[in-house]
Amino acid sequence: MSKLDITVNGQIHHLDIPESRTLAQVLRYDLGLTGTKIGCEEAECGICTVLINGTPVNSCIFPAFKAQGREVQTVEGLAQDDGELHPVQQNFIDHGAVQCGFCTPGLMMTATALLNENSDPDDHAIKVALKDTYCRCTGYASVIAAIKSAASEMRGEGSLPVNEPDVSEPMHAISRSVPPQHVREKVTGAAKYTDDYVFDGMLYARTLRAAYPHARILDINTEQARALPGVVAVLTHANVPGENLHGLVYRDWPVLCSDVVRYMGDGVAIVAAETEDIAAEALKLIEVEYEPLPVVGDPKFAHSHEAPILHPHHPTGNLLKHIKVRHGDIEQGFAQADYIVEREYRTPTVEHAFLEPECSIGIPPGVAGHEKLTILVGSQIPYQDRNQIALALGLPEEKVRVIGTLIGGGFGGKEDITGQIHAAMLAQATGRPVKMLYTRQESLIVHPKRHATIIRMKTGATKDGKLVAVEAELYGDGGAYASLSDKVMTRATTHATGPYVVPNAKIDCYAMYTNNPPSGAFRGFGVTQSAFAVESNMDILAEMIGIDPIEFRRLNAQKVGTTTATGQVLRESVGLLETLSHVEQDMMSADGDFHWAWRDGHKAYAWGLACAYKNTGLGGGAPDRAEAEVEAFEDGSVEVRVASADMGQGLAHVVAQCTAEELKLPYNRVRVLLCDTDLTPNGGPTTASRQTFVSGNAARVTSALLREALTRSAAEFLDVPPETLYYEEGLLRHNGKSVELGQLVGWMKGNGLSSKVRHEYHAPATQPLGTGGDMHFAFSYATQAALVEVDMETGAVKVLKIIAGTDIGRAINPLMLQGQVEGGIVMAMGNCLTESYIVENGVPWTNLFARYKMPSIKHAPEIISHLIEDRVSTGPYGAKGVGEICSINTSPAICNAIYHATGVRIFSLPVDQDALLRAIRAGQTEVYTAWHDVR
Amino acid sequence: MKLWNHYHTPHSIDQAIALLNQYQGKAKVVAGGTDLIVELREGHHPIQEALIDVTQIPELTRLTTNNNEIYVGAGVTHSQIVKSAVLVARATCLVESCGVVGGPQVRNVGTLGGNVAHALPAGDGTTSLVALDAKAEIIMSGQRRVVPIAEMFRGPGQSLIDSTRDVIIGFRFVLCSDNEATAFKRIMRPQGVALPILGCAIWVRLNPAQTHFEAARVSIAPIGPTPGRAAEVEAILIGQPATDTIIEQAIETALQILKPRTSKYRATGDYRKEMIAVLLRRTLQLAVQRARTGQAVPEGIGME
Ligand SMILES: Cc1cc2nc3c(=O)[nH]c(=O)nc-3n(C[C@H](O)[C@H](O)[C@H](O)COP(=O)(O)OP(=O)(O)OC[C@H]3O[C@@H](n4cnc5c(N)ncnc54)[C@H](O)[C@@H]3O)c2cc1C
Ligand code: FES
Ligand code: FES
Repeated sequence: MSKLDITVNGQIHHLDIPESRTLAQVLRYDLGLTGTKIGCEEAECGICTVLINGTPVNSCIFPAFKAQGREVQTVEGLAQDDGELHPVQQNFIDHGAVQCGFCTPGLMMTATALLNENSDPDDHAIKVALKDTYCRCTGYASVIAAIKSAASEMRGEGSLPVNEPDVSEPMHAISRSVPPQHVREKVTGAAKYTDDYVFDGMLYARTLRAAYPHARILDINTEQARALPGVVAVLTHANVPGENLHGLVYRDWPVLCSDVVRYMGDGVAIVAAETEDIAAEALKLIEVEYEPLPVVGDPKFAHSHEAPILHPHHPTGNLLKHIKVRHGDIEQGFAQADYIVEREYRTPTVEHAFLEPECSIGIPPGVAGHEKLTILVGSQIPYQDRNQIALALGLPEEKVRVIGTLIGGGFGGKEDITGQIHAAMLAQATGRPVKMLYTRQESLIVHPKRHATIIRMKTGATKDGKLVAVEAELYGDGGAYASLSDKVMTRATTHATGPYVVPNAKIDCYAMYTNNPPSGAFRGFGVTQSAFAVESNMDILAEMIGIDPIEFRRLNAQKVGTTTATGQVLRESVGLLETLSHVEQDMMSADGDFHWAWRDGHKAYAWGLACAYKNTGLGGGAPDRAEAEVEAFEDGSVEVRVASADMGQGLAHVVAQCTAEELKLPYNRVRVLLCDTDLTPNGGPTTASRQTFVSGNAARVTSALLREALTRSAAEFLDVPPETLYYEEGLLRHNGKSVELGQLVGWMKGNGLSSKVRHEYHAPATQPLGTGGDMHFAFSYATQAALVEVDMETGAVKVLKIIAGTDIGRAINPLMLQGQVEGGIVMAMGNCLTESYIVENGVPWTNLFARYKMPSIKHAPEIISHLIEDRVSTGPYGAKGVGEICSINTSPAICNAIYHATGVRIFSLPVDQDALLRAIRAGQTEVYTAWHDVR
Repeated sequence: MKLWNHYHTPHSIDQAIALLNQYQGKAKVVAGGTDLIVELREGHHPIQEALIDVTQIPELTRLTTNNNEIYVGAGVTHSQIVKSAVLVARATCLVESCGVVGGPQVRNVGTLGGNVAHALPAGDGTTSLVALDAKAEIIMSGQRRVVPIAEMFRGPGQSLIDSTRDVIIGFRFVLCSDNEATAFKRIMRPQGVALPILGCAIWVRLNPAQTHFEAARVSIAPIGPTPGRAAEVEAILIGQPATDTIIEQAIETALQILKPRTSKYRATGDYRKEMIAVLLRRTLQLAVQRARTGQAVPEGIGME
């Protein structure tokens, strides 16, 4: 221990701490300033940024004693003592620059340092300053707007207007850009994510991972680890009290491996110790004897006879699922075709790279005020977590409580079990709270990813531009365990015709088990992959036929009345043509005289366009429902409770807006309680763009029921007929008479009446694939056009502009919805241009954040977004899913643009400038390799 | 996880050397820590008994000009280099190369000395120091020495000095005068590790009439296992007219003699060859233009 004197946010501290501390550790653990977040500990993500004597540094690699005698400023030091927010904070809120909020402290600190030096930064200066401070949610456009506005305010020129999208028919609270829930806490650093919680006597846990991607376990010896002072528990498969399996669709994933490991992320043993260092040390002392087995490294090999079978109990061997779509007569379809194109496409494994690594805290019954075994976790599916934890611990579900904390981004990557069961087991075993926080490097290896796919797609059209047939074969790398492969690859398959009228289709998808990290849900749910093949083929065909690519899409677009390839007749809310015409109009008006492509020196410029559709909700016959509870209080406030997760996408404000709307309450009088299996009714998984629709509807319907109850009571209280009452700003009125909501609730209580309503909403029924009928209750539609610049001397590709038209039924919160669109687009640019999670024969090469580049602010293009509101009658106020539709067609739009610019078509992602340039030089027109093929 | 036990911040070189001696190989010099701490965490080095922070030693943090010579302390950060008016004007390539290292947070603490000591074949600061023909002042095995920059490297990631024992104090080089100029450019890819596919720094001196190359130094990396100059390319230029034709000849020579390799997930050898041509052309043209105009506005800072 040594003396460290530092000033933090103006306060002098004399600390007596180990010299081995980093500044981030001192701030978070010694001073409890948990506003500073840790995302990677590699100096890559920048979210740990604090200011030292005004200069931004990454606190995760900054030795604490380097700060000796200096002044540190953290996010907690931005607001004034009286609580008044700093202009940067206020403008981040006002411009919608906060989604999950996990990156927000880092972005704001970096921005503050910039504004201290430069009172009027332009886009370029902002991009230079924030280049290595990442945000995975916003797409950066709102961040840039917020910083410029803060600068203007600090110059005394007032803040700048918010770039609010146009929407139709705004209501009382719906279609209003209210601030998201918890946003103030997120900008002040007060918001608590799982790792921000500490409990007295808390232990720290680590997991021993497999040493091979595929091996038999011969022996596990934990004796030495157990003997290490400070180690409190070491558990293996032998200590799993209940069933040693979990899984969302198939229960095939061991809690702790007993006989075989199937991927490098498999857990073999878990340790709880007094400190993280001791836990890490203990892992090194666990001896595991393995017999390595042959590795199944890719899905096609998995399907061959030579491949070892990875799950002997699975009835179809390594074939996790064969998914089929049959529609019309495929042979007759191709017989009618004048033009046929057939190509093979490849998409890589993609990592969610949510900025908050996974963390779970297990609290045993009787500790810290918890009556039952409680798990704190930032999870997308609290009720399924509880179910899986209970089964593994051999407990009835009522004996387990899962409390969802704020989530620092999910994107589908926080649906599966990671540390929840382990933390629960260790808490049970030790009788103490146990925190299991993954390092970024562990997170990279463990959680399920987006499926790598190989897609052979054959598309036929007549010479007048009518699609007649689609035949496709998809291979999806499902990895070691099923996760959501079945569902995800089903979506890839059913959407493989694109949003078009295709009378004849034959699509086969093979989801395969391999020894790679499992694949599961990822924003876009398989459709991202098939859309790349569909929309590339569309452009190839258009060129063969000699028809404009926009016209070709218009000719074939789904409309009301269209029957999809799964046999569903679309009855309403098919906004594709409208998205197309909005985008087309913008493209054409850009420069008066429109050209698809042009040159300027060694730079080639071009536009490319692609369309997409995406289902809302689980569909396929799965009962899709959510329960909500709404309660009015004597202080005039209302609380709405659902167990759905808000991972930054904004479910909380959607639910609050629905309630505020139904009760005509000011939005700030509505509180939201999410994700507590004891306090909030089941909202189902936050996946498949379903929450706005399903939980939004649950809140809407339940609030309406509460309104009826309130109206009845108010009628009695005021002695007026109920039908003459109306709601206005927290009052129930009748002519001259009125009663405050709070007063009414007090009266109800006094008369033994409940002011709480609970109700389960059931979404419209759907049909399983293969049975015809409605497989989904709604689809969202999108068109995007990308303007790219290709350096013809280096092959480097830059996206300059994206024009997006997105049909989402209704924009419940226009500004936050625009943030979803912008964030989805930039995330999809990563899918196209920068991201590939590389696995070499089962061994992840991508085991560092430094090896995985997602788009930074410097990649952020200009985004012009049109929201199209083609209402769906069953949605809340007409809304349908938004989370995924904006992230699907960006990749093909960019690749179509690259083709127009260079004459070279990309068949494998992410685009490799190396291969692109060599193709340009060699006069080749097709590139079948990607970045990860450079070897 | 704990990566070191003790942290010392000596205020003189003697103290630093004494501390290193005291730990007998179990302590390392640290400057910005942007390489070292990240590598410690990745397990590339054992847990250090101590880190010896050299950034509070006056000799290492100085940036001083003496007539045409400049001294840049090894502990001077990339950000300080980018902000130095004299370097911007008279050693532009160094500003351009330090200006593209990482993001602001890395540049605010990462140092030129750390870049050289890390000894990557394509460390950006290093590439420019080679073109500037800098000399490193070091303490090696207790002896103060002055070493030409090219002799500072023994292999990929291996520098001449052993940072459990030795210290780089600073760098000296001659600033550009009339008719002289420098430029640096690099080619990156948006995927994978943030190291250049190829970087190129050039120093040129034109004759007083500004028609011919009087002298040139060309540094292209990574080509070999260590940073170094392309002497054959320099030879083509010297004494010849400063025209595009000669630049193309230099490129041709470079393509004949330089044999870039394919490196996994970075670049193919063929692509690197293409980039040699592109970079040499762009960088040489820029350097010549700067030498002629006497004006140098650094390009690509913070973004390339
Ligand atoms: C996100 C990120 C991006 C990066 N991008 C780039 C890039 O684009 N280009 C690039 O070239 N580099 C890049 N780097 C690498 C790194 O930032 C630079 O090499 C930097 O200059 C290292 O300096 P430092 O002071 O941080 O070194 P440190 O990490 O402190 O030290 C590095 C090594 O040098 C030794 N050392 C340091 N100073 C001395 C000294 N004075 N005497 C003796 N030994 C010494 C240390 O013992 C250690 O072995 C990047 C790093 C990160 C984290
Ligand atoms: S840069 Fe510090 S946590 Fe990522
Ligand atoms: S809001 Fe930036 S990472 Fe979520």
